[in-house]
Amino acid sequence: MVPLSAYLAVAAILFTIGVFGVLFKRNSIIVLLSIELMLNAANINLVAFSKFGIYPDTAGQIFSLFVIAVAAVEAAVGLAILILYFRNRGTININEMDIMKR
Amino acid sequence: MYMYNLAWIVPLLPLISFVLLVAFGNRLKERAAYLGIFFILGSFVLSTIIFTQKYLQKGEDYLFTFRWFRAGDSDYGIAGGSIFNLGFEVTELNALMLFVVTAISLAVFVYSIGYMRGDERLPVFYSYLSLFAFSMLGLVISPNLFQAFICWELVGATSFLLIGFYFYKESAKVAAKKAFLVTRLADLGILIGILLLFWQVGSFEYRDIFAAVEGGALAPWFITLTAILIFIGAAGKSGQFPFHVWLPDAMEGPTPVSALIHAATMVAAGVYLVARLFPLFAASTVALLVVAIVGAFTAIFAATIALTQNDIKRVLAYSTVSQLGYMMLALGSLGYIAGVFHLFTHAFFKALLFLAAGSVIHAVGTQNIKEMGGIGSQMKLTRAVFLIGALAISGFPLLSGFFSKDQILMAAYGSGNTFLFWMSLLTAVLTAFYMFRLYFLTFGGKVRTAISAHESPRSMTIPMAVLAFFAVFAGYIEFFGFGEWITAGGTIAQEISGPVWIMIGSIAVALLGIGLAWYVYGRDADATLAKAPKPAPLYKLLYNKYYVDELYDTAIVKPYTLFGKFLILFDKYVIEGMVQLAVHISVGLGRFGARLQSGQIQAYMLVTVLGIATLLISLAVRGLFN
Repeated sequence: MVPLSAYLAVAAILFTIGVFGVLFKRNSIIVLLSIELMLNAANINLVAFSKFGIYPDTAGQIFSLFVIAVAAVEAAVGLAILILYFRNRGTININEMDIMKR
Repeated sequence: MYMYNLAWIVPLLPLISFVLLVAFGNRLKERAAYLGIFFILGSFVLSTIIFTQKYLQKGEDYLFTFRWFRAGDSDYGIAGGSIFNLGFEVTELNALMLFVVTAISLAVFVYSIGYMRGDERLPVFYSYLSLFAFSMLGLVISPNLFQAFICWELVGATSFLLIGFYFYKESAKVAAKKAFLVTRLADLGILIGILLLFWQVGSFEYRDIFAAVEGGALAPWFITLTAILIFIGAAGKSGQFPFHVWLPDAMEGPTPVSALIHAATMVAAGVYLVARLFPLFAASTVALLVVAIVGAFTAIFAATIALTQNDIKRVLAYSTVSQLGYMMLALGSLGYIAGVFHLFTHAFFKALLFLAAGSVIHAVGTQNIKEMGGIGSQMKLTRAVFLIGALAISGFPLLSGFFSKDQILMAAYGSGNTFLFWMSLLTAVLTAFYMFRLYFLTFGGKVRTAISAHESPRSMTIPMAVLAFFAVFAGYIEFFGFGEWITAGGTIAQEISGPVWIMIGSIAVALLGIGLAWYVYGRDADATLAKAPKPAPLYKLLYNKYYVDELYDTAIVKPYTLFGKFLILFDKYVIEGMVQLAVHISVGLGRFGARLQSGQIQAYMLVTVLGIATLLISLAVRGLFN
């Protein structure tokens, strides 16, 4: 049987990759995908704790379903914004998204 | 019906006039003068009624006060904290002063119509004059030192404004500044004196102070100290040595101002204050002696300077200083009646002399008496009133100055200090001499320069004529119980009588001085001036006013300027250096902070993540949940 620590390790690795992507990728779409990775890392934790937690419960699994739904919505909205942004400015390079500063 | 309870209206009217003139002066233009005169006339009528009623009725003083504010805890000073009152009082002394101040003010207000005609700042002039009248009257009716001090400073401020009225003239600016600074220095003395009195007595009220003095609540040395401190302030305002230097320079102001403020009223404020606080001074022989000596010294000191001056107004200014010294001498010799009496008569004839001098200046356009001469035939009335004033101040028999000067000599004699008496007698000779030197050089002889004098307009001659009337007859009030009346309020001074030879002597010295002046300048002024003996050292000393100004310059002004320059450097390099350092630090911090705001969202996030990481690590090191 796979122990809890293995789940947590996978989740941590996934989350770290997500953070790295958010922080260092130039392409906004990849940043968006990295956010999805982080959400999914959280989902793994939720599911793992719903099975192996101190008080095992299905609430964690249901909660992860909600997260998936919200993530889908977020991805849709994010992509829509990006498309609009690309139409307006002809780029989705995150380094060039600094008009608030100017 | 007594109108003492309306005495507060007397200063109020000029204040209203001041406010109106400030608000509407520019629109009124020439009519501003009539507005000012209207209000001061009201004050004059009211104060004349009060004066007359007070004179006829020998009764209680009228006192009205109300609490302005309370300060401090109830266990300090008088029960219930230190109470600061406002109010007014009508005593013999201030009824007299009300009358003098409003009478001279009215004369000067009317006179200024003619003298200041054509000056486009006429409304400003009248507003200042009104403000002055308000402050002076307020000073006179103050029932406590606190209120008196406020008005005391107000008259100083208006004096400053009026000396510097021709502010585009450099000399006027300098003179105004000098007057302000010198009196300010002296005011430090009076302020400390008042505060010391308040500290010990717990009240500013004159009556509380006198009660404390009489009740023996104050130590003798303390009375001496406060009396001398207050006298320092009075000396500053009244131009007593060594603070006399501002008064001759104050002649840069318009001549009506010199007549009103720097001859008749404001400079008498010092004498008034000493008289008002007479019980305090009388309780200390040392303080009285100081007052008497300073007064006598100033009298002779200024009189000698006046001998050599050539500016008509400056001669009169030194004469004022000298006469104020006389009053101080009288007060210091316990001659309360004599001092106040001379204050009363002097106000009229000195204001008269100044107005006459102003009339001359107005006509010939110069102040140098060597350039005048022979204008008596063109300006008969001015000449006549000037002669009356000169005779009065010289102590010519049967004119007002004679009576009051006689009283002062009696007082000086009665004080037992023979030296002071002879000094004052010598001053009387000098006074007669320089006044008639002035008279002969101005009006007598032949016309020396090509100037065509003309008599002044009626608005100027009428006030002069009225003042001339007072200059002649004001002294006769002595025969109507003036002495008894003025001391009725419980002041301890007595009528002073001396041997008859003093009176004869005073007549003799007056005639001697006039005769000498006639011998030197009266017979043939041009010959005397033409001979022009080479200036003897003594003459030079007098002409340069004993070099007191130079002494002040080297002893005080220059070191002070040097110190100021040092402070400027200190400010520039040390203080400003520190300020600049602070500026640089915050600018640097700002630059650093601005660099963080790159607009790169990922950089922000990196900082956030690092922050969270740091937080988590520090929590973990300390133990996460305990």
